[in-house]
Amino acid sequence: MAEFLSLPDAIAANVRDGDTVAMEGFTHLIPFAAAHEVIRQGRKHLKLIRMTPDLIYDQLIGMGAAEKLTFSWGGNPGVGSLYRLRDAVENGWPSPLALEEHSHAAMANAYDAGAANLPFAVFRGYRGVELTRVNPAIRSVTCPYTGEVLATVPAIRPDVTVIHALRADRDGNVLLEGIVGVQKEAVLAAKRSVVTVEEIVDDFGERNRNAVILPAWTVSTIAVVPGGAFPSYAQGYYRRANAFYKAWDAIAKERDTFTAWMKENVLARDASAFAAYAGRAS
Amino acid sequence: MTYTPSEIMTVAAARALRNSDICFVGIGAPSAACNLARRTHAPDITLIYESGTIDTKPDILPLSIGDGELCDTALTTVPVAEMFRYWLQGERITVGFLGGAQIDRYANLNTTVVGRYEHPKVRLPGGGGAPEIAACCGEIFITMAMSKRAFVEKLDFVTSLGHGNGPGSREKLGLKTKGPTRVVTDLCVFEPDPATRELTVVSLHPGATREVVQAECAWPVRFAANLQETPPPTQSELAVLRDLHARTAKAHGSDA
Repeated sequence: MAEFLSLPDAIAANVRDGDTVAMEGFTHLIPFAAAHEVIRQGRKHLKLIRMTPDLIYDQLIGMGAAEKLTFSWGGNPGVGSLYRLRDAVENGWPSPLALEEHSHAAMANAYDAGAANLPFAVFRGYRGVELTRVNPAIRSVTCPYTGEVLATVPAIRPDVTVIHALRADRDGNVLLEGIVGVQKEAVLAAKRSVVTVEEIVDDFGERNRNAVILPAWTVSTIAVVPGGAFPSYAQGYYRRANAFYKAWDAIAKERDTFTAWMKENVLARDASAFAAYAGRAS
Repeated sequence: MTYTPSEIMTVAAARALRNSDICFVGIGAPSAACNLARRTHAPDITLIYESGTIDTKPDILPLSIGDGELCDTALTTVPVAEMFRYWLQGERITVGFLGGAQIDRYANLNTTVVGRYEHPKVRLPGGGGAPEIAACCGEIFITMAMSKRAFVEKLDFVTSLGHGNGPGSREKLGLKTKGPTRVVTDLCVFEPDPATRELTVVSLHPGATREVVQAECAWPVRFAANLQETPPPTQSELAVLRDLHARTAKAHGSDA
């Protein structure tokens, strides 16, 4: 049953050195505040999983928290490179980073298989492409009914999944709306979960047609962190800070400017800093 | 009316889309082309982004494939696993629109690495949705600016499949979809030769010559027997495109 904790306590209770950690949110609802707390607590040797590493993993990788990354698209959307990810892969800075690279379809199917308690995912994929040569986790199975050869990937089963959601109610049920990505699958596939939310409400009220609800008994820990998805966004609360995504290009390009930014904006602060970005859209 | 190479590339790419298309949209140049098509000759086109937004009608160009604008204006938004399973793998998409860092003469694409995969000179973002988009959509349009670094003799890495090594490559893998049928650049439009599957220039943009195209392409370029000239962008196409970019710049600059 979901337990309400402060963000530092929620991270300390759930994220340990060496864990396999999925922080999901497909462009929308990316759990930045929680990742910053992981960085402040100095977690190391994390095996990070995320379809689109985005700025959130650029920050974790650049601060030396990760030893492995499982992913399917590692850029700054619409802007360009993730320079900290590139520096780790190209130069081993600040530490070498092992890659397990997939396609989006494979990752989405692998989360689905994890949530479904299956050992692997089967799909029609990876035909004629070279990832099959460099990723030994990509295999195949022959359909027992038709004889068709289909691609397989292992199910994703994180030690802990971290997501940001719109609201929780007082019983600990969690609501997401808008672009809901793979968060439901990622939480259900994981042993433990940390959910940060914009607010706690008595009643969810009127729900969007594509609302996703995670019942309280599927979630380990909830922490209230208004603004916690910035510079990503929370549908109905605040918009994606596209200008920040563009500004990140210059911040992260060089090690010095990156490190200085992280010291000032992450290490020297706490989750309350995100409140400045919070608020319901009018 | 004067226009830039990038503008005629976007306009020529937009014209390839039909009003009846169900289109899987990549970010960047493909997104601009798809939204230009929707605002000009293809008002009923169905645009789908991999974030799960189906039949979305954004007023500005999204910076990412998951901007709130896409969800706010969509007919429906589905989970990402469903997007890839039911809609893409289900072969419900008529055309996928891709870009890339490198392309070869058979329209195979690389967005993964420059150099060796194990020790890359440049680590590029990777495939994202492209490997399955390239296989599962009815056909593929590609849009990329030409340069010798991009139009290469041999890809450093095959991220998504075009026509493989030529005739029969796709069929051998059990693919029934057409693969890339058009590559729109800033200088010309390529289509695969019906027999050899090699990209062939079918249309030169106004002012572009065979020599200019060859200078930006690492393989010996073939030109169609009945080589055409791309009609220049109309005043209305340019006005709509510029207005779209202006509104986008304003929106993306002001929400920090």
